[in-house]
Amino acid sequence: MAEINMAVKKLQEKFPASVLEVKTFRGEVNITVQKNDIVGISKFLYSDPDLQFEMLTDLCGVDYFPGQPRFEVVYLLYSMKNKERLRLKAKVGENESVLSVESIWKAANWLEREVYDLFGIHFVNHPDLRRILLWDEFKGHPLRKDYPVEGPDFDKPFVPEV
Amino acid sequence: MTINMGPQHPATHGVLRVVLELDGEVIVKATPHIGHLHRGVEKLAESKTYHQVIPLTDRLDYTNAMGNNLGYVLAVEKLLGIEVPKRAQYLRVMMAELQRIAAHLIWLGTHALDIGAMTLLFYNFREREEILKIFEEVAGGRLTPTYMRIGGVSKDLPDGITEKIKEFIQAFPDHVKEYETLLTKNVIWLKRTKGVGIISKEDAINWGMTGPSLRGSGVKFDVRKAFPYSSYDEFDFEIPIGSVGDVYDRYIVRLREMEWSNAIAEQALERLPKGPILSDNPWVALPPKDNVLKDIDALIRQFKIASEGFQPPKGEVYVSVEASKGELGYYLVSDGSNHPLRMRIRPPSFLNLSALPKMIEGSLIADVISAIGSIDIVLGEIDR
Repeated sequence: MAEINMAVKKLQEKFPASVLEVKTFRGEVNITVQKNDIVGISKFLYSDPDLQFEMLTDLCGVDYFPGQPRFEVVYLLYSMKNKERLRLKAKVGENESVLSVESIWKAANWLEREVYDLFGIHFVNHPDLRRILLWDEFKGHPLRKDYPVEGPDFDKPFVPEV
Repeated sequence: MTINMGPQHPATHGVLRVVLELDGEVIVKATPHIGHLHRGVEKLAESKTYHQVIPLTDRLDYTNAMGNNLGYVLAVEKLLGIEVPKRAQYLRVMMAELQRIAAHLIWLGTHALDIGAMTLLFYNFREREEILKIFEEVAGGRLTPTYMRIGGVSKDLPDGITEKIKEFIQAFPDHVKEYETLLTKNVIWLKRTKGVGIISKEDAINWGMTGPSLRGSGVKFDVRKAFPYSSYDEFDFEIPIGSVGDVYDRYIVRLREMEWSNAIAEQALERLPKGPILSDNPWVALPPKDNVLKDIDALIRQFKIASEGFQPPKGEVYVSVEASKGELGYYLVSDGSNHPLRMRIRPPSFLNLSALPKMIEGSLIADVISAIGSIDIVLGEIDR
């Protein structure tokens, strides 16, 4: 676990104001960071020679409705060199946006599009922010907690006129 | 010129649509469109108890149901912090590896069919049928067995099945040789696959590719070795890798992987420990059916677990397994209630497919078919 502590330590040294909380659950390290510094922190984690988090394994959103701030964007990084994972989290409010990390990891391209599609979180500087799983005319963001599971028009089925 | 390929195209392995912008026969730009099979599995899981999610996972990558089950139950077990009996772990490994062979067989058959080698499909489905018959006897289902349970597996091996599994394992290496005589040195196959759809090591990592598609580019990353789960550290196996990162390398990597999967399944069968197949944690695991019929406590437990489920502690875990397509991860967030606050599935095919434009831009239109086939996508998992 020495390497994980190293990542946390290095981050706290380099970005003392942005690391808000460090939590460990079942051996997994979760770091909550300021959302405005996410690109700087990602760049540092990606390029630091001791850490080399060169793979963005996953990027997803979580809706804590009705908690405030409502959303969390979760970044799961993997370092091939140290065989270590690290989870970064950024808290995002309802109408706020996050900076895109697409310029660092290309994997973020589709993953951010998916978060935009299903949660409605905007990513600034994303080259191609379109809906990905749902069609362009779709209204709403289904993974939000206030979106009904059966859909908003469950009791009004579309019946074409014959 | 712009060409629309799919969503009902036989070579897109499901409902994938790729818009190709062409200059003559050369691809200038490729834009994949996905989502035609979106069923909202992640949303559905939020309103179900933890046990009820298991059948949903079968239907993600429907060629690799055992592997999907395994990843999910491991995630819940980590969230709960419970141990699984050794016999159940070995059974899980054996089933997951047989499933990997079956999944790779489908890939090989359809991939070769796309490129024009039709014979292989029949060979592959012959062997796959044997595996599905084994699953049917063990779990009761062929395509969607729902075999794993939180805390173990649903059933122990029935009588006489070990001989059948042994028979399959012994015969399988010869079958792989059969496939190889048809393809590996076939001039047409070489021309269609060598130097096609190349992606470099650095690009493959940066695009988040995993599984055989990443290993074809020469990166030695396998979740079974990097983060051993379900006793994988007790098995002897190697990770085959490619060098160039073209379609041919990915083909060779998967062939070797089938042989190693066969070897792992053999080891699991030989060293299968005796003992229980389900955890005895009373909060999580269903009691044995015999007890339910005779014992009021067991009956109450059965009723509570089946109707209400259980409440794991607040927290979040990420567990990934090496599925046949790559790293399949489950990120579970629990708020202490009996259903997940969020279940995120990290789909390997999704990220592998996102690198497709990188692979094919600048190559010929015929190469799109071999490139799509070589990354082995299943749309059920991409769209979820």
